[in-house]
Amino acid sequence: MVLAASSALRLNANWVDYLLIATYFVFVLGIGILAKRAVSSSIDFFLSGRSLPAWVTGLAFISANLGAVEIIGMSANGAAFGIPTVHYFWIGAVPAMLFLGVVMMPFYYGSKVRSVPEFMNRRFGPTAHLVNAISFALAQLLIAGINLYLLAKIVEVLLGWPLWISLLVAAAVVLTYTALGGLSAAIYNEVLQFFVIVAALLPLTIVGLHKVGGYGGLKDKIGAFSDGGSRLNSWPGTNLTGIDSPLLSVIGLVFGLGFVLSFGYWTTNFVEVQRAMASSSISSAQRAPIIGAFPKMFIPFIVIFPGMIASVLIKEVAPTAKAPDYNNAILYMMRDLLPNGMLGVAIAGLLASFMAGMAANISAFNTVFSYDLWQTYVKKDEPDDYYTRVGRIATVAATLIAIGTAIFASNYTNIMNYLQTLFGFFNAPLFATFILGMFWKRMTPTAGWTGLVSGTLAAVLVGVLSKDALGPMSIGAIGLSGQGASFAAAGAAFFVDIGVSAAVTMVTRPKPESELRGLVYSLTPRQDFHDENEGQLSWYQQPTKLAVVGLVIVVVLNIVFW
Amino acid sequence: MSTAASGSSDHSTSGTTSGETPHKAGAFDIRVFIASLIGIYGVVLVIYGIIGSSAADLKKTGDVNINLWAGIGMVLVSAFFIVWARLRPVVVPAEIHHEDGPTPGH
Repeated sequence: MVLAASSALRLNANWVDYLLIATYFVFVLGIGILAKRAVSSSIDFFLSGRSLPAWVTGLAFISANLGAVEIIGMSANGAAFGIPTVHYFWIGAVPAMLFLGVVMMPFYYGSKVRSVPEFMNRRFGPTAHLVNAISFALAQLLIAGINLYLLAKIVEVLLGWPLWISLLVAAAVVLTYTALGGLSAAIYNEVLQFFVIVAALLPLTIVGLHKVGGYGGLKDKIGAFSDGGSRLNSWPGTNLTGIDSPLLSVIGLVFGLGFVLSFGYWTTNFVEVQRAMASSSISSAQRAPIIGAFPKMFIPFIVIFPGMIASVLIKEVAPTAKAPDYNNAILYMMRDLLPNGMLGVAIAGLLASFMAGMAANISAFNTVFSYDLWQTYVKKDEPDDYYTRVGRIATVAATLIAIGTAIFASNYTNIMNYLQTLFGFFNAPLFATFILGMFWKRMTPTAGWTGLVSGTLAAVLVGVLSKDALGPMSIGAIGLSGQGASFAAAGAAFFVDIGVSAAVTMVTRPKPESELRGLVYSLTPRQDFHDENEGQLSWYQQPTKLAVVGLVIVVVLNIVFW
Repeated sequence: MSTAASGSSDHSTSGTTSGETPHKAGAFDIRVFIASLIGIYGVVLVIYGIIGSSAADLKKTGDVNINLWAGIGMVLVSAFFIVWARLRPVVVPAEIHHEDGPTPGH
């Protein structure tokens, strides 16, 4: 992502703005300090004592993802592509979150594993576990660094602080509350962050819509662009995918973005799943992603719409500009539309989103590092508080590495594509392996890791063959670029993983069935996956019924913005 | 802001202890934090919207006093969370016993 280096985006923040920003920081640190009092075991530190209500874990579930990708990236996509950007939410995230809640969460919560890699270990043994745990831990460090870099860059651009000062201040704040309060502090801050972001973006959207003459006015003005039609209809989304054929574009969206990338990301990414695992019962763990899906459906309206409005109102972002500055769409909107006061809330919201994103990466990293790597392979039988201490040290180390990564990340120009590619490489084969492993009891441990490795390699191969998915490393042998290349890489990873897993299973020995209870659907007694109190839950507390309601709403939204 | 912690006083009503280290995580109520932060934002914005709105500010927003209106909205959201936290206080369930008091959040 290239942010304007000039002072064109400097905001005239005054004392009220700084007062509001400072208030937010007091709350962030206050939560860390109070949460520390509640940590009395390693489960408290890493999984919040599995005691949080579903609405809290549900909001944290989407907040953990509401960072750089979402706010800056999706408003940039809104400015560049318009309505088709909604596919990231209505074809991508929401169906995947509902699927996680209904189908996969019972395995994670019911088997009492403490992390997604630990499930891998129990189902497929140490090789698959190591592949998963190490790649995940490295990815978290990388993404934490990217979040940190973007945060510091934005503070530099908006407020004129030197990059290194905001880098260190932000890292120190995140470190303080995650090291003190563990996952509870991270989750509580994510929930708080959710409200601050809505408080920042909703008024911005309302003012923006008011200035363009409502949604009707916005449609008229965007419709007047030379490519107005493709910006106002979600399907076939050829401008978003970069695939010329409408049919292939739809297939790319539904299968590549929807089924493989998003299902892979939302159902196997421990950053997300960890939030649901902190719930107080199996039905509330299932409800967390489902409850999260409801606000998630409506986030496009406060993220994509400001981007679209920017393409009409802001001359630097208009498609007629010499080089439209899409990536800064939301920042230009803040500069031109918000007076002091709301400006402070908006800056606090942006800082909140970057810090929470980074904290989510770090809290997921320290859990996987402490439980999956340190406890499993280095020091097995230490007392419980030893692992809490390891977790705190891992948090400090991760923050230092993230600072290093942040400096490194400044070399990457298009973070949106880069992250997409990364998720494709790590998550698409994971989803294939998990779903096969959960429903096919014969699938062998060897098939587990070979499928994973070959799927990841297939994605890398497609990335190399594409025009630009891996930047200078791509050779352009196949005519796919941008998002389309990411979708294709994810699809390749999925099919190669399934194929290799099936083939290897035929020639290797499966695990004994007695070891697969809670891990494979057909070998798990029904009551393991059900809340003993389920009979007493009202309909809106029952995961499946709630998920059906969510599905209906998202289908309606898809049709309305067809 | 230190008063926000007072929301946690409700957890002492959970009564039973399992003998080992009590599980206290989640005992302090996030709703009080949300209400306090958004409430402070709301009040500051309302005041600033009334006394601080310049003609230039109104030109930016197309004659909407967004500070005032957003501030009022935030005060209402804050009030909602306070009422909710009052009506359904957090009860930390004991490890084994299932109390029939309201569970957190629902």
